Amino acid sequence: MRREAPPGLLVLEDGSVFEAQAAAPGTRFGEVVFNTSMTGYQEILTDPSYCGQIVVMTLPHIGNYGINSAVAESTRPWVEGFVARQFTALPSSHGSEEDLLTYLNRHGVPAIEGLDTRAVVRRVRERGALRGVVTTERSEVAPLLAEVREHPSMTGRALVDEVTCQAPYEVTPPAGVEAGDHLAVYDFGVKANILRSLAERGARVTVLPARTPASECLGLGVDGVVLSNGPGDPEPLTEIIAEVRKLVASGVPVFGICLGHQLLGLAMGGRTFKLKFGHHGGNQPVQDLATGRVVITSQNHGFAIDPDSLPESCQVTETNLNDGTVEAFAVRDRPVFSAQYHPEAAPGPHDASPLFDRFLDAL
Amino acid sequence: MSRIPGDCYTARALGPPRELIVPRRDDIQSILIVGSGPIVIGQACEFDYSGTQACRVLRREGYRVILVNSNPATIMTDPELSDVTYVEPLVADVIEKILERERPDAILPTVGGQTGINLTLQVHERGVLEELGVELLGAGVEALRLGEDRALFKRAMEEIGLRVPQSGYAGGLEEAHEIATRIGYPLIIRPSFTLGGEGGGTVYNRDELDELVEIALDASPARRVLLEQSVLGWKEFELEVVRDRVDNAIVVCSVENFDAMGVHTGDSITVAPQQTLSDREYQAMRNDAFKVIRRVGVATGGSNIQFAVDPATGERVVIEMNPRVSRSSALASKATGFPIAKVAALLAVGYTLDEVPNDITGKTYAAFEPTLDYTVVKIPRWAFEKFPRTQPTLGTAMKSVGEVMAIGTTFRQALMKGLASLELDGDLAARERRMSDPALLRRRLDTPNWERLFAVFAALRQGWTVAEVNRASHIDPWFLREMRELVELENELACWNLESIPDRLVHEARRSGLSEARLASLLDAEPAAVHAHLGRVGAERVYKRVDTCAAEFPARTPYLYSTFGVEDESEAEAATAGGARKVVILGSGPNRIGQGIEFDYCCVHAAFALSEAGFETIMVNCNPETVSTDYDTSDRLYFEPLTLEYVLDVCRQERPEGVIVQLGGQTPLKLARGLEAAGVPIWGTPPDAIDLAEDRRRFGALLAEEGVRQPDNGTATSIEEGVEVARGIGFPVLVRPSYVLGGRAMALCYDEQTVARYLREAAETSPQRPILLDRFLDDAFELDLDLLADGERAVVAGVMQHIEEAGIHSGDSAAVLPPQNVSEHHLEEMRDIARRLALRLGVVGLMNVQFALHQDQVYVIEVNPRASRTVPFIAKAVGIPLVSHAARLMAGQTLAELGLTEEPTVPGVFVKAPVFPFRRFPGVDPVLGPEMKSTGEVMGASPSFGEAFAKAWLGAGHHLPLSGTAFLSVNDRDKATLVPIARQLRELGFELLATRGTADYLRGSGLEVALVKKVHEGRPSVVDRLINREIDVVINTPLGRESHEDDEAIRVTALKYDIPCVTTLSGATAAAEGIAELLDRELSVRPLQEFHARRVAPLTNATG
Repeated sequence: MRREAPPGLLVLEDGSVFEAQAAAPGTRFGEVVFNTSMTGYQEILTDPSYCGQIVVMTLPHIGNYGINSAVAESTRPWVEGFVARQFTALPSSHGSEEDLLTYLNRHGVPAIEGLDTRAVVRRVRERGALRGVVTTERSEVAPLLAEVREHPSMTGRALVDEVTCQAPYEVTPPAGVEAGDHLAVYDFGVKANILRSLAERGARVTVLPARTPASECLGLGVDGVVLSNGPGDPEPLTEIIAEVRKLVASGVPVFGICLGHQLLGLAMGGRTFKLKFGHHGGNQPVQDLATGRVVITSQNHGFAIDPDSLPESCQVTETNLNDGTVEAFAVRDRPVFSAQYHPEAAPGPHDASPLFDRFLDAL
Repeated sequence: MSRIPGDCYTARALGPPRELIVPRRDDIQSILIVGSGPIVIGQACEFDYSGTQACRVLRREGYRVILVNSNPATIMTDPELSDVTYVEPLVADVIEKILERERPDAILPTVGGQTGINLTLQVHERGVLEELGVELLGAGVEALRLGEDRALFKRAMEEIGLRVPQSGYAGGLEEAHEIATRIGYPLIIRPSFTLGGEGGGTVYNRDELDELVEIALDASPARRVLLEQSVLGWKEFELEVVRDRVDNAIVVCSVENFDAMGVHTGDSITVAPQQTLSDREYQAMRNDAFKVIRRVGVATGGSNIQFAVDPATGERVVIEMNPRVSRSSALASKATGFPIAKVAALLAVGYTLDEVPNDITGKTYAAFEPTLDYTVVKIPRWAFEKFPRTQPTLGTAMKSVGEVMAIGTTFRQALMKGLASLELDGDLAARERRMSDPALLRRRLDTPNWERLFAVFAALRQGWTVAEVNRASHIDPWFLREMRELVELENELACWNLESIPDRLVHEARRSGLSEARLASLLDAEPAAVHAHLGRVGAERVYKRVDTCAAEFPARTPYLYSTFGVEDESEAEAATAGGARKVVILGSGPNRIGQGIEFDYCCVHAAFALSEAGFETIMVNCNPETVSTDYDTSDRLYFEPLTLEYVLDVCRQERPEGVIVQLGGQTPLKLARGLEAAGVPIWGTPPDAIDLAEDRRRFGALLAEEGVRQPDNGTATSIEEGVEVARGIGFPVLVRPSYVLGGRAMALCYDEQTVARYLREAAETSPQRPILLDRFLDDAFELDLDLLADGERAVVAGVMQHIEEAGIHSGDSAAVLPPQNVSEHHLEEMRDIARRLALRLGVVGLMNVQFALHQDQVYVIEVNPRASRTVPFIAKAVGIPLVSHAARLMAGQTLAELGLTEEPTVPGVFVKAPVFPFRRFPGVDPVLGPEMKSTGEVMGASPSFGEAFAKAWLGAGHHLPLSGTAFLSVNDRDKATLVPIARQLRELGFELLATRGTADYLRGSGLEVALVKKVHEGRPSVVDRLINREIDVVINTPLGRESHEDDEAIRVTALKYDIPCVTTLSGATAAAEGIAELLDRELSVRPLQEFHARRVAPLTNATG
């Protein structure tokens, strides 16, 4: 006989309630965001930047090709909850080692399905990112809603310490690749593919905990510093911002990605703000302002740099074609630049990967 | 914070430096667009859709657009769409003439399918483009060659490090054997430069290789074939890529084929977006696709790139690429809302992707990749029932004649919707039951065939495991498991009844796409009770928008599909509240033989006209190839199946002022009664009149009252009754079911036995409907009359005379407007009858009458109170938008208000010629009869009949020999009539060759004729002479049953070697006239606009 799924619920802070079916058990609170990628659910789940967030996938079928440990972006899933129209219980792929629901179960990530996910997305689009809860265990809406409203807002939330590594570690170029420059990567929640992308290009990488002082980093005698992606609001990370400022001042080449880009902007004296519902997907067009060319990028961010806040020393070099937000800026006359999008993709198009080459060439 | 860039639209403020923003190209002023010609298998309405987009957008940009396309039933050939419209044969000579006459600055070859590309390459090779300084837009000659020449393509792919299947090129059998030894069997045989894989296939041994290589060599214009390692059973994917002049490139859509490699993608069920590739695999494929488009060198525009993936290892090979818009790109456009052809046309004239706005959001640009929050399933529609003697199996040569697309949230929902959209006769359960024999079922699974989808359901229902079905069919387990879920759900539903069923199960059934009818049958309840129950538990359809962006941005374009959920986005109520006057236009569903682009043309015209008249137009259709399903065509588009359940739900949602059912062929007409019964207002001719025209008894009574002759006839509901009626009428007798189009299951019977046999077959096609029997009028001529009526007045739009004698389906007969040798008093009688009948029936809109002229008497064969297949042709010939007028009449205007009170004059002679798919169905006898077999048609336009016929003949893909040998073999009845034709051919310089009877007769008339043996008379026979290419034209009228095999061998051989073959004497007369005309002077070209400007008096020879 067919399985009868127990009910599940998604409750949003504005009082919206979506009835669903349970796919993996649990109850978790977080900021509800939607992701429009059509592939790469495993990379999304394991991206530490999703710490604190409940992710709603817009693609209806999630889990079709299972889970493969080689494509994980970190050691575990970070999302608080996972929502899709329909999860695939039995995957079909030569690369699958485990099915998605077993994986979510194993890691205690609650997941629900069978709801009108497009309606959820439209609500988030209209009202902005909302706090919410995914539950497969509770059914009384009023207390859930009260707790949702108690849950901390993403603005002002520093989450880097929850995801960064405890101690420095090394990543070496793969066999057959000649070792080149030595880089430090600040781990604010770094995705494995950033490290992989650098190592594949010959970089010897030392990954540093988020709170590593600039002096310690510079003491390693590195040829360049990469500021990684990560979760949460960048503004409360004042100590880290101060260290980034020192790194820039030292003259060492610096390359920021996503949260690292925002931190660099803040270190240069700029400000960030929270986007209404952020960019989470693999189809964000980014235009290079010097050449006019557009690349399709992978993105995952809820905050952005206010271009008017950047000092004269910084130049916006790329913008988002859809909404004009800052996608990249460079510090004039210095090998310091950063991108809001993800050149390492994973998931998403590889169009922006030459950015790694550009940084390594700048060393 | 001073401002929030994320919330406002500031991209331009921060945009690239001014000097980088290069506007459209001003160095070119005029562009020639080459259309794709008649609808054939492999090239259908999708090129009208893409061509129309290109014409409109380039014209809007201020270019002078010159169009050439031989297909009059297209929107793109509407004279308003281009500055100059040539409805002329698509052959290199004609293109060259047009280029010389119009001197365009550039030619856009990439929106006219394979035809557009082949023609462009031909005129390029003649040096014409260079000589006249005509630039190729989109893709240059090298790119076109690389896309089409498989050897060059493979070399190029290897150069950029992409894997391709092993292959080799052969110009003959010996080379083919060498390659086969090297690569091993099975092998795929692919001829170069053919359409839809025509002439290709898979071979498993040397005998099959020998046979197919011969066929493939003949099919290839270059007489070269590729032999390729078979990757049978691998998964097949397609990416639609668009690139602009500064090398921005995007993937618009990914498509995964449900059927594994080995089935032509046009014959595969396909799913978008792709479902089973991981991000790594997908991105690697995307990277490869960009490498391909860059290496091939498509400078701007769209390309379709196909890949095969080994399911066991993920290994990937490139199969092919099309450097142009295609059937797949039309599907991708409809699946995503991204109009590839329109964007490609803009990119061709210099825009970049970031400069082209995204119409759907109105806020973003074309430089992005659409993301789907729904699932799309395309299912092809085949016509094997029309060609009973061919194998109904599928391979690398495309055989389907149309397709449906279904949008649902999930695969299951979309699949079930797709099945509903197919409008297959009979129910699906019965189809599955026919596969209860295990051996048959296995065969249906392991050999691709058009019923395989049903075989999969049958197997799963019979307890096969997913793994077993996968092993037999190579269909990916992911799809099979989804189908198994459906089977299990249905099993569970069958345990309940309407009173006991839990709500959650009702919701699940709805989400899985089960129709009300299916639920009713599973729950053993009345459909009406099921409908009411669904309303009670809140399981009604909601409508969501196709918006390119998964709701990330608001969509301003109401391109809608139904699903189930908590939120409706149609804004139908708001439109009603806002006072919109709504009209729903029902489209014609998938292309079939007998119901194709003509009806889409009609629906589109109605949408345009009513929109102009201030109505909010709402289109319902499920055919992704068409202009009607372009989100630009109507105010609101519902991409839904055309079944009563889905259409009623749309009507409940929209509450329109009226629904138009008479423009989409039989598909919407069949719904008229059901809609009316549900209280939906039907515009135009009342459903009762539609019924009356189909109801033999009522119609016969009406004709008798009006004193109008019709052939003796009767109606039968059983086989016994049918035989009885036939006996009473006398033989030969035509039998057919009521309410079908295209003469489906229609047959000419000479005795009681055949009547009985055909009645059985007809009963299967249309089980509950009565069977009609008519006396067949020997030696009659048929005429088609179309008219417009407003209830008070009826005005004839045009009368066309069939060139073939009665007995050949009107859709398959060549025809001429105006009639050429019909006396004026007969024509007047016909007009009078038609007008009277229209008023008696209360026709508002269009009506078509078919007449036969038999022994100086006018008979009415049938009356169709709806738009007919001939309406676009007549409209284009006379230059009057008949369907726009019809739509306005249905909206309440009168003919007087429209200023149309007299029959329009015909400004020339316009010949329609049909195009047949026989070459696709090896072994089929290409003889015509009462069942329609043509897929499309062309128009030949000229001041003279001879030239118009010659143009139509050329346009239909035949050639007219100007010298050589004519082979003649006709039945006794035709011998006397043959003499003047033979004499004319002789005078034109042809040698005559005939079989004994015909030769004797012609010699008796003093003609010099050589003798040739019939097949059964020994060798060398006429077939040998045909194979040796010693015959240039065949005139062969059926000799009756005794020499049936001879006739068939002659026709089949002529078809195989592409030797013109005429099977009626009237056709032969016209052909001789055409040849005479061509010998007399070169073909002239003349745009429609010139015909219409002149409006010369008709050149009819009206004395009879």
